[in-house]
Amino acid sequence: MRSPKPLDPDEKLDVEKILLDLENYHPTRKGWTWRKVPTGGVKMGPFHYHNMSEPLKNSIGLPASKYFEHIDPQPSCVVTTEIASGRFEDDLRRMRMAAWNGADHLMVIRTAGQSHIDGLIEGTPEGTGGVPISRKQIRASRKACDLIEAEVGRQINFHSYISGVAGPEVAVLFAEEGVNGAHQDPQYNVLYRNINMYRSFVDAAEAKRVMASAGIFQIDGAHNANATAKAGWLVMPELMIQHGINCAFSVASGMTKELIGLSTVPPDAPPAPKLWYDLPYAVALRDFFSEYKMRAQQNTRYIEADIEEAVRTHTIDTLISMLTSADVQSTITPDEGRNVPWHYNNIRGIQTVKQTWAALDGIKELLSLNMNGPLGEMVRDIKERAVAFLEEVIEVGGYFAAVEQGFFVDSAKYPERNGDGIARDGRGGVAANTIVHRDPDYMAPVCAHFGENHLPVGLGKPCDLIGGCTLCKPEKIIYIDELDPEDSVARRLENSLPYRKGGLIRPEGEWAGDGIILLQFMIPESEALAQEAGLEIARRMGVQDPQIVNLMVLQPAEGCFVEVKGKVAFDIEKATLKVPPKEELLPEEELRATVKQVGLKVVAATVGEDEHSVGLREILDIKHGGIEKYGVKYHYLGTSVSINKLIDAAIEIGAHAILISTIISHNDIHRTQMKKLVELCQEKGIRQKVILIAGGTQVTSDMAAETGLDATFGRGTKGIHVVDAMVRVLKARGVI
Amino acid sequence: MTDDRISRFELRRKVLRQMTDEQLKARFWELCNQVVEPIVELAQTHTSPSIERSVLLRMGIDSLSSHGVVERIYEAGLLGKGAGHVLLKLAEKLDIDVKGAANAILSDKEILHGLFQEAK
Repeated sequence: MRSPKPLDPDEKLDVEKILLDLENYHPTRKGWTWRKVPTGGVKMGPFHYHNMSEPLKNSIGLPASKYFEHIDPQPSCVVTTEIASGRFEDDLRRMRMAAWNGADHLMVIRTAGQSHIDGLIEGTPEGTGGVPISRKQIRASRKACDLIEAEVGRQINFHSYISGVAGPEVAVLFAEEGVNGAHQDPQYNVLYRNINMYRSFVDAAEAKRVMASAGIFQIDGAHNANATAKAGWLVMPELMIQHGINCAFSVASGMTKELIGLSTVPPDAPPAPKLWYDLPYAVALRDFFSEYKMRAQQNTRYIEADIEEAVRTHTIDTLISMLTSADVQSTITPDEGRNVPWHYNNIRGIQTVKQTWAALDGIKELLSLNMNGPLGEMVRDIKERAVAFLEEVIEVGGYFAAVEQGFFVDSAKYPERNGDGIARDGRGGVAANTIVHRDPDYMAPVCAHFGENHLPVGLGKPCDLIGGCTLCKPEKIIYIDELDPEDSVARRLENSLPYRKGGLIRPEGEWAGDGIILLQFMIPESEALAQEAGLEIARRMGVQDPQIVNLMVLQPAEGCFVEVKGKVAFDIEKATLKVPPKEELLPEEELRATVKQVGLKVVAATVGEDEHSVGLREILDIKHGGIEKYGVKYHYLGTSVSINKLIDAAIEIGAHAILISTIISHNDIHRTQMKKLVELCQEKGIRQKVILIAGGTQVTSDMAAETGLDATFGRGTKGIHVVDAMVRVLKARGVI
Repeated sequence: MTDDRISRFELRRKVLRQMTDEQLKARFWELCNQVVEPIVELAQTHTSPSIERSVLLRMGIDSLSSHGVVERIYEAGLLGKGAGHVLLKLAEKLDIDVKGAANAILSDKEILHGLFQEAK
């Protein structure tokens, strides 16, 4: 296969192009990839990091990175983000954004109900709360991941789910298509999907064997007990059992321990005293499961509509990962409590981990856990309860009997029982009575098959009988493109074309052209009034389908913080937007050299009857990164200075430039001052000798042409912009 | 009943208390392996429609055909032979390839009848 053209960071991902020639696409590699973590630490900008992986080639750092030479330190663990909007073609763009922000484990949630579909889905139908996982969808996604990983400079693990009543087939599909990680846990099927327990385990052994053959990293499903049990923080002994059963069963099915991950969640959230529950659990788990990998999930159980609250809880969850260990750190979109996650909230989740990890880099070299106090006792207590639980499972007749008796997901702390556990009947559930005993001459002529298999003697590989299976000969894979052209990616892409490649712009929450926007404001009224007022404000702003997604009472009578989501139904035409030309600054070294060469001097003041001084001081002073930082000498005359006085001062000291600040703008006084500066300089015959620059909050860059100044600056201007403008004028005048 | 369980837990715990951390960990894994042993045995000796469809996929049969073929084999009571085995056998009998055998099963409901008796 020819290697595809690399992505251009300034061009959108071309989804149509990714979909071309998919029938001939095969994955470039198989199996899971860990990050590269240099043993001596990583030097980045002014710092030495103790526990970080190699930096990315292309990435977006945290907002504060600009103070630290734009470094973007990358945690040593793999960082997950979960993406599934129902339209994989839009998820591909989100994957790229996530990778740029530091995710290298992209987990795709399945569409609602897929675990009860008896077979594989083909084509690209639209999903609900997730994506219909099909060969075409996986190929397109993996192909996009190939391009994205080359762009950011780090391998990406693509991940989905192997459960339900088609587990073995999904496992084969994943192995064939180079999916790198997957959830697989037969207990999940039994407890949460009510799939027959015997079927679930028989299928799981085959699925796990296939996963092992393709080096697919496995994550279990135990964390769901946290989210399901009424008191998630009490089910900790049981969680150890669920992890233990899946681990032991996986090893027996042929998996290596290095590719078996425990999905573990700190079970509590503030205002609970989180550390007293979550830390002993995390330590106990890592002690017992020291040979396995930890996939640290964040807590979703207590996510409410408040995004900041979720982010804070996740920060503490990440702290617990760092105090113990995490091989894979998951991130949760903090808007999960109010809608199907939006693009930018994936990024927020990733940033939470990246920021916490950087802040707490090397924490274990500075702090250690005090195991001699209550922590050690609590750890031991959880372990003893877990072992006693297992002894009781065996006493009642084994795992299946224990499930029938409702041992699992009971909300009491073992050995107490609330009687609210999930009990399943071995004879019942989805796909009951569908397993069949293998005959003495049972045979399966393929690789990666689990259990009894009576092949003819003398074969090199099981698939020699058929001249190779698809795992050995990918060209034998049968690719089905679409089953329903009306419900397909091609049709959806046609509709969203104007927003992706055409001339129209709409805001986007999850799907191209969806128009989703969010309004945030404070209403100084009671909750009931604030709610109605919020909706009415949105309606009057032209927002369609407004819904309150979050309402936080600040004080019952004084007011509420309100968030309203909705959609805009209008398009913005790109052609009608006037985009100011992108300013390109001269290199800093050149600016400094020129300033030094000419001995650049300026006079500066706020002019007219205007007492504002902050903006101009920031442009001047070294401590704010002002022009002084680049070697410019300045004479600051203060506020409310007349133009005349300022020009006289410039002449007296031989200044190269006059900088005026003009904030007040009633009656266009700022324009008048600017024009006056030009006129008086002309009268005094120095216009061609000095550079004239004005700035202010109501000043814009296009006012220079209108007023006759050399340059004008508005909000957000830094000293370097002013220095750059002065050097350019000097060059244009031939001074240098 | 519950009181009985709790008192047995207290007894178990007394024994566990005597163990070192290492012994307790070893006991945990010993019990986990003991719990899964009969389940592994069940999986080794049984198959399911999904397992057999996954075998056919690996043999280069498309997902839609695999579905129908396994259903026919299940109905014919031959799933215990292995769907791949059935396909091979039929292919041999009809002197066609396995894909041809899959198509034959889909188009003729009776074709599997007596397939394994005849071979004896």
